[in-house]
Amino acid sequence: MAGTTQLTAVDVEEFGRALDRLREEILASLGEGDARYIRRVITVQRSLEAGGRAVMFASLLPPAWLAGTAMLATAKILENMEIGHNVLHGQWDWMRDPEIHSTVWEWDSGSSAEQWKHSHNYVHHTYTNVLGKDRDIGYSALRVHPEQPWHPLYLAQPLYNLMLAVVFEWGIAIYDSELERAWRGEKNWAETLTQLSTALRKGGRQVLKDYVAFPLLAGPAFLPVLFGNLTANTIRNVWAHMIIFCGHFPEGAEVFTEEQIEGETRGEWYLRQMLGSANIEGSALFHILTGNLSFQIEHHLFPDLPSNRYAQIAPEVRALCARFGIPYNTGSLPRQTSSVWKRILRLALPGPARWPVDLGDDRAHRSEHAHAHRIPAESVV
Amino acid sequence: MAVGRFLREAATSLTTPLLPDDYLGLIDPLWSHRRLRGRVEALRPETADAATIVIRPGAGWKEHRAGQYVRVGVDVDGVWQWRPYSVSSPPGRPGGTFSITVKILVNGRLSPYLVERIRPGAIVRLEHPQGQFVLPRALPERLLFVTAGSGITPVMSILRGLALGDEMPDVVLVHSAPTRDAVIFGEELRELARRFPGLRLHERHTRTRAGRLTMTELATVCPDWAERAAWACGPPGLLADAEARWRRAGIADRLRVERFRPVTASEGGAGGRVRFARSGREVDADGDAPLLVVGESAGVLMPSGCRTGVCRSCVARLLSGRVRDLRTGREHGDTDDHIQTCVSATAGDIEIDL
Repeated sequence: MAGTTQLTAVDVEEFGRALDRLREEILASLGEGDARYIRRVITVQRSLEAGGRAVMFASLLPPAWLAGTAMLATAKILENMEIGHNVLHGQWDWMRDPEIHSTVWEWDSGSSAEQWKHSHNYVHHTYTNVLGKDRDIGYSALRVHPEQPWHPLYLAQPLYNLMLAVVFEWGIAIYDSELERAWRGEKNWAETLTQLSTALRKGGRQVLKDYVAFPLLAGPAFLPVLFGNLTANTIRNVWAHMIIFCGHFPEGAEVFTEEQIEGETRGEWYLRQMLGSANIEGSALFHILTGNLSFQIEHHLFPDLPSNRYAQIAPEVRALCARFGIPYNTGSLPRQTSSVWKRILRLALPGPARWPVDLGDDRAHRSEHAHAHRIPAESVV
Repeated sequence: MAVGRFLREAATSLTTPLLPDDYLGLIDPLWSHRRLRGRVEALRPETADAATIVIRPGAGWKEHRAGQYVRVGVDVDGVWQWRPYSVSSPPGRPGGTFSITVKILVNGRLSPYLVERIRPGAIVRLEHPQGQFVLPRALPERLLFVTAGSGITPVMSILRGLALGDEMPDVVLVHSAPTRDAVIFGEELRELARRFPGLRLHERHTRTRAGRLTMTELATVCPDWAERAAWACGPPGLLADAEARWRRAGIADRLRVERFRPVTASEGGAGGRVRFARSGREVDADGDAPLLVVGESAGVLMPSGCRTGVCRSCVARLLSGRVRDLRTGREHGDTDDHIQTCVSATAGDIEIDL
């Protein structure tokens, strides 16, 4: 397989132009159907949440507890994944709806919308998979690429990845305040602490709602409701963690160096997004529950296109990849998840400095080639 | 009062990060207090290209004064479009509804939708009625209305209000429209003129008698025009003529005008790059494009109001660069100036705090 395709700089730019055209086509066709879609998802989500909490009040009957908890967990998953994440990306800003707009939206998550938009929309989506720039590579806590130098702390990473899954929203909220950057002196403490306290205040309101207000309202069902809310939040956390980890960390997803992205062209930017992301296959309902992050590749190419369109453009992106010989990383949820976990287990131990070429197929070569004409002069000499 | 606030806060702690309104709106969109909404109850064609839309406003609606306008937001093919429309129904909200009357504008986006496509049951967004095109509290003895086309709508609300109170002072209404059939509310106006001797109606049919009414003709139709309290509403040309005439007579304060389209004097300059700092959007804009429109097409949530440089709802802080006032062509602007985005275009590269 190695060496079957050589991407020239001209190819990369042609690839980029084809993607630009695809984006223009979608933008021009946005309309009533898309608006109806997001409004319906929001209505379903709010009804599920209100319904789930109401049913849970009858929790002294075990089936009611189960049904209520399942409804609430589903609502919370929809709220974070298909609604919150995507609205905050500005995917629905074109509707000019003052109630569904990235500048006014707030979500049911530990991190505030403002901080999230900076750490996710800006840092992660601009510097995707660039070592030392994209803080989402292992969330500054895990070693998910061999290029990250090993440290004895990583020995425990399988364990704390499990713990992270359970408390994911809080992990992200703390992570968004960039404590490690303040620790290294790259960011001042005052700002970091202000952000942390914003997150705590916001988180506090949610804790109050899920673990005090609703249980109290339930009266005799105080404990079942509290436990139901905790279960729903945990299910949502584990689900979000699983889907998000499948987006950038399965086998085949590549990382880049800061030198590689210096003076990057639009085509090269697209290529990096492509090579650094992985999709998950599944049914239409599965895609909605992942917030269409199962189309991580399409999302990273076009973060501000409405999520309901990713399924439509995926075959075209895939065909483009085939035409240019660019790998399109996709697989079932079990396959991508086990690939992520294999990595987390392997990289807990020291070495390797990079994947052996025969295991990692020829992707490294291709992307190096794609960025070859950007290699600084001294390294060519 | 305090109890109310406590209850609201308690309810909000159950719905955070959303508001109780967001859930009430699921049951009936009109229950939302946070954002005013209305439901289209009925549609009535008026002429070949104009229709009346009867709207039932939701909770918290403030009564309009005859002559005022309402900003209406309508979802057209997934995108919310906002325009001001004069209320044409009389004050007092008979049947709990109010009406706007819309005429199709050439190249309009919202007016054709409202006249031809919207259906009863549709939910629209509303803002409270506003505007100074109203009767003074103490009714003048003699009044003059100079209108053309859909400019009759606010005046219709005023006349209907007067008729309902069975109190018609000495009123002259000079109205221009292309033909007799194209007169919006034609039948009703003629009926009112028959019923109230105090109301004199002069219809001017511009297609049968060449051209628009001039101010010289107005003096023939209504010799005591200068002594009357006057209101004018219609196309920019008519308003400009009227304003000039009243100004020349030194009685500009006796004329009130209502305009829904900005008077643009400037052809615009070179344009430049516009950065919306808070939304993080950046676009190239022409020197004659209102910043409001530039922002809206870039997906920025732009505050807006009359879109004609009157109400100042669209004001935003200028962070850097200079803008051109599209009404005068004058270039202005300093850091921290507040600019009206609906009548300002960029003059070079600028940054706005939106």
